[in-house]
Amino acid sequence: MNAPMTRLSGGFAHPAHDSARGFRAILSAMARPGTIGQMQGGQGPAPISDAAATVLLVLCDRTTPLYLAPSHDTPELRDWIAFHCSAPLVAPGDAGFALGDWAALQPLDRFAIGTPEYPDRAATLIVDNHDFDAPAQNLRGPGIKDRARLALPEVEPFTANHAHFPLGWDAIFTAGARIAALPRSTEVF
Amino acid sequence: MSDYNFAYLDEDTKRMIRRAILKGIAVPGYQVPFASREMPMPYGWGTGGVQITAATLVPQDVLKVIDQGADDTTNAVSIRKFFQKTAGVEVTERTTEATVIQTRHRIPETPLTGDQILVYQVPIPEPMRFLEPRETETRRIHALADYGLMQVRLYEDIARHGEIATSYAYPVEVAGRYVMDPSPIPKFDNPKLDDCPAIQLFGAGREQRIYALPPHTGVRSLDFDDHPFTASKADHACAICGSGTSYLDEVITDDDGGRMFVCSDTDYCARRAEGVQ
Amino acid sequence: MYVAVKGGERAIDAAHDWLGRAHRGPAEQPALDTAQIRDQMALAVGRVMAEGSLYDPDLAALAIKQARGDLIEAIFLIRAYRTTLPRLGASDPVDTGAMRVKRRVSATFKDIPGGQVLGPTFDYTHRLLDFRLMANGELPASPASGAEGKPLHAPHVLGFLDRDGLIEDAPDSGETPPDLTREPMELPADRALRLQALARADEGFLLGLAYSTQRGYARNHAFVGELRIGAVTVEMDIPELGFSIEIGEVELTECETVNQFKGSKTEPAQFTRGYGLTFGQTERKAISMALVDRALRWQELGEEDQGAPAQDPEFVLSHCDNIQATGFLEHIKLPHYVDFQAELELVRRLRAGTEDAS
Repeated sequence: MNAPMTRLSGGFAHPAHDSARGFRAILSAMARPGTIGQMQGGQGPAPISDAAATVLLVLCDRTTPLYLAPSHDTPELRDWIAFHCSAPLVAPGDAGFALGDWAALQPLDRFAIGTPEYPDRAATLIVDNHDFDAPAQNLRGPGIKDRARLALPEVEPFTANHAHFPLGWDAIFTAGARIAALPRSTEVF
Repeated sequence: MSDYNFAYLDEDTKRMIRRAILKGIAVPGYQVPFASREMPMPYGWGTGGVQITAATLVPQDVLKVIDQGADDTTNAVSIRKFFQKTAGVEVTERTTEATVIQTRHRIPETPLTGDQILVYQVPIPEPMRFLEPRETETRRIHALADYGLMQVRLYEDIARHGEIATSYAYPVEVAGRYVMDPSPIPKFDNPKLDDCPAIQLFGAGREQRIYALPPHTGVRSLDFDDHPFTASKADHACAICGSGTSYLDEVITDDDGGRMFVCSDTDYCARRAEGVQ
Repeated sequence: MYVAVKGGERAIDAAHDWLGRAHRGPAEQPALDTAQIRDQMALAVGRVMAEGSLYDPDLAALAIKQARGDLIEAIFLIRAYRTTLPRLGASDPVDTGAMRVKRRVSATFKDIPGGQVLGPTFDYTHRLLDFRLMANGELPASPASGAEGKPLHAPHVLGFLDRDGLIEDAPDSGETPPDLTREPMELPADRALRLQALARADEGFLLGLAYSTQRGYARNHAFVGELRIGAVTVEMDIPELGFSIEIGEVELTECETVNQFKGSKTEPAQFTRGYGLTFGQTERKAISMALVDRALRWQELGEEDQGAPAQDPEFVLSHCDNIQATGFLEHIKLPHYVDFQAELELVRRLRAGTEDAS
């Protein structure tokens, strides 16, 4: 834990098992918007959180174009990603995944929201170092019994994104070892 | 080939499937294309469900596999053995003990919980396929939510037969948007899809599609105001456990065509017969 | 008292035991050796490699043995194995012009540089059962012709038409083709993807479709410009070395057809192309592939849609894979008690309604 971070360290100790558990945490978060789960196993160089590092290890590889927002675009993190997931780093418009702090990910209209024929061809935003103590908003939609609540950095971008449904990007929030998610299907109100 | 990766599939393949599952969750009822792999069992035997289960299992899971509601049907046995061998997970026949349930053609009678994932094997994921065989055309239909063709077909049924003459794989509308094929479950099971606390994942291997229902998603069986959907079953009670509310198999018992009705869900029936219910 | 049927597991074990005994046949007969299958049933091996999309004659022979001679089952075994193999990289495109041909015929020119080579073909055999093969399995050894395996300078026949501008250009787009086995099929499919699907498509399905084009369902007047079978070298670019190295050799069958020309008042008439390329000595498949490829190109060549099956890419690509087809076809023998019960109830109810009404 206290060993110095290198590009070679911070991967999964048992890739098959750790990615399986990591995926279940992401699935749980995405399937139940507003629920905060635990996510660990991966460790990358600052500023990436353990949860976000784990998300990258679980979902990204050389077939998934990744955008690093300025907050996370450091040589150390680039190296770590090159070694552990080999995800090609791309511009926002070409990204399947985008990683950064909320402010650094702006403006959001640069990200793919899919097409009417293929709404799945949309970006997943990994909003790192999320403030889980920010004001909580009301959520409803698939995955939510009646109503859920989640701290969000802003409201309007999520309302606008949901208005495009079934198009839109999907968001994963990470900080420390915590994870939550807000798919485009969720209405913020 | 003595050494398999956990749950058989390689990590690249599992990542690809996991990404597809997440997009399916984000757009409930939309069929996400995925690069289905050739599995060591034939297409049609549940390769879509098997790939989802393989990408979803964690070592701590307790797996139940049913076919036609029963744990002991040959293909259920075969799939269960596959995961015992390749993932080393614990298996069970009890619905209440399972964390992941892979199914073909049924939803268990015992209500599912939020701690469970139900994985369906799907032969033809496209609900419009029998009205429009072309993928290029059905893709357009879903893009525009132009489901008039389906409404017309259902209405023609009513005109001709006095009711909608679809008894299984009865189409549903998901979260007010996509029309979805619930796999060939009897329409008796359709109400269980709605507001279900479990995550429901659907895999069609040969057709290379994955789709999903997050927990508590609104799922409505298509119908008309003057011909509302009804979930029907054989009008009998189970000859073994006496249940009057479970879906029944008809069994021919003698050469004269004598018959009886028993629960299709063998775990539900056995628990009731033991008086555990 | 009725007891629900149990014993699925025991039934499976018993079936597998029976299969094992049936597979071996009578113990007094010698067991088949996979080397014998590889060398003496080489055309079956070729088909399994072509449709299995894996070049490995030894594994194809093993699959044929394990499948008891059911070639589709053997292809399935190879496909299921293939999908587990890691992808280390992609080879350079093979140069079929440099093929060491063992068979090479052109139906369009009587004589060609490099000559016509009949090679090991059934073409002019009389199809009379040779009972000597049954009596003791041996035929007198044929004297070697001396022509076998010699490298041959044999430029592509269509190159001569191309040089005069008589046939359409087939420039290399330089694009990396999609990989059907790693990405879901997307329709409409470009030619590279179509050819990929046809190369591993069921031989019988393609044969029927190709035949239908000859009989008038999207006829495209195909001449076999050249059919060649032989070994080509496979090379792979190694970035660390900065050049390509030879990694092996594969036997291929290549068929290039010269088809109905196109042209207009402003555009000079030109022949068009159909193309087939398959693993092993599989010429029926390669010719069929070329005809179907050509039929599928109607749109880009500005031809009329005749509504023929061979012109419909979605129809052809969705149904040409015999592993998909056989799986779905055969799955209807699995239990369908539940959905059939639902249908039974429905039919009873509808009949009751009819009786009430009458």
